Amino acid sequence: MIIQYWINGEKVIGDIAPDLVLLDLLRSKGCYSVKCGCETTNCGLCTVWIDGTPMLSCAVPVPRIEGRHVTTLEGLQKEATEFAQFMGAEGSDQCGFCNPGFVMNVLAMVRELKDPTEEEIKEYLAGNLCRCTGYTSHMRVLRSYLAKRQKKVKS
Amino acid sequence: MNITHYVKAESLEEAYTLNQKKTAAILGGGCWLRLGQQRVGRTIIDLEKLGLDKIEETKNEFIIGCMVSLRRLELSKELDEFTNGALQESLHHIVGTQFRNMATIGGSLFGRFGFSDVLTCFLVLDTEVELYKAGRVSLAEFVRINHDKDIIVRVIVKKTPKVVAYESLRLSATDFPVLTCAVSKDTDDGVVHCAIGARPVKAELFREGQEFFAGGFSAEAIKKYAACVQDSFAFGSNIRASAAYRKDMTGVLITRVLTKIMAGRYRE
Repeated sequence: MIIQYWINGEKVIGDIAPDLVLLDLLRSKGCYSVKCGCETTNCGLCTVWIDGTPMLSCAVPVPRIEGRHVTTLEGLQKEATEFAQFMGAEGSDQCGFCNPGFVMNVLAMVRELKDPTEEEIKEYLAGNLCRCTGYTSHMRVLRSYLAKRQKKVKS
Repeated sequence: MNITHYVKAESLEEAYTLNQKKTAAILGGGCWLRLGQQRVGRTIIDLEKLGLDKIEETKNEFIIGCMVSLRRLELSKELDEFTNGALQESLHHIVGTQFRNMATIGGSLFGRFGFSDVLTCFLVLDTEVELYKAGRVSLAEFVRINHDKDIIVRVIVKKTPKVVAYESLRLSATDFPVLTCAVSKDTDDGVVHCAIGARPVKAELFREGQEFFAGGFSAEAIKKYAACVQDSFAFGSNIRASAAYRKDMTGVLITRVLTKIMAGRYRE
């Protein structure tokens, strides 16, 4: 079936198989930040935005994105780089496998929640599993990143 | 997956007709596509063009379209207020924000999944489902009937004044629950409704045991009521917990939830 959609702002018209999953489509288009970690729609590693809303690309059949804008980490390089610097500074990147999904969801969170509490942060990011950090360093990163964002907003 | 036809239905009649095929299935939010060994049908029917993604509020009811996401339910201030936080409590442990942005209320209820937090909570509200062919039936009745090829169009929650509380037990955060428990108490006549899910079979509503509260909601009455619920339901074992553990914990959760309701500490 032929559908039209956007990946990172670029319009695509393509003939796709009805059972093609968004995760596989994105990787075939060179978006290698999008990875499959669990096969059970649980780990958050394949997080992308569809019309600005974070979703799990491993469970989205491609026909559903007809007419929609898909954003991956490749399309958010400036913001992602800024956040990654905080991760590097706090040593929270560790193996790095879960980082793309985590960063996508963090960037969605800062758009959706103004000045979130620690509880709200934990709740929003609960669907991003990390087997290295134990999340403590993630929370350190988020505190410093959000503090800098708040400072920027105030100034 | 072996989907050969993906149809964005233009009408409910089209969706219903297509869905009568044995190999057809309604997509809902799509979260079931990777759910264990479930067979994905060759024809997938997508309802997203039918405008069923709205929550409407009338004087007497909340009318929730089947394509409303769990996240939208969670963020609905009106539903949160009506259920005094219980609905939100039942939703926010489900996997993660991204998952709840996709999963729909229609899919969650139609699946009648044993692990469903959503089903457990909606059972103790005065809930009906509007099926395309069969019309409106109570959720408690819908849970008991066998799976068929009808379509949940809307979920209707009547604004019967009540206080509600919800608790679940999980081995780890965001995992499937080991046990789910919702209790509501009607404000007008004090009738208590209780639903226990993840036993591990699907949640069911318990309406008996009102006599225990004839003399008021004392600790002793709650204890007797909890024991009555424990004896009325069948419990099973699976990888997460044994039947005996589930039965024991049912008593704990009911006591906890009813104590919250009696003390007016719903949101704790």
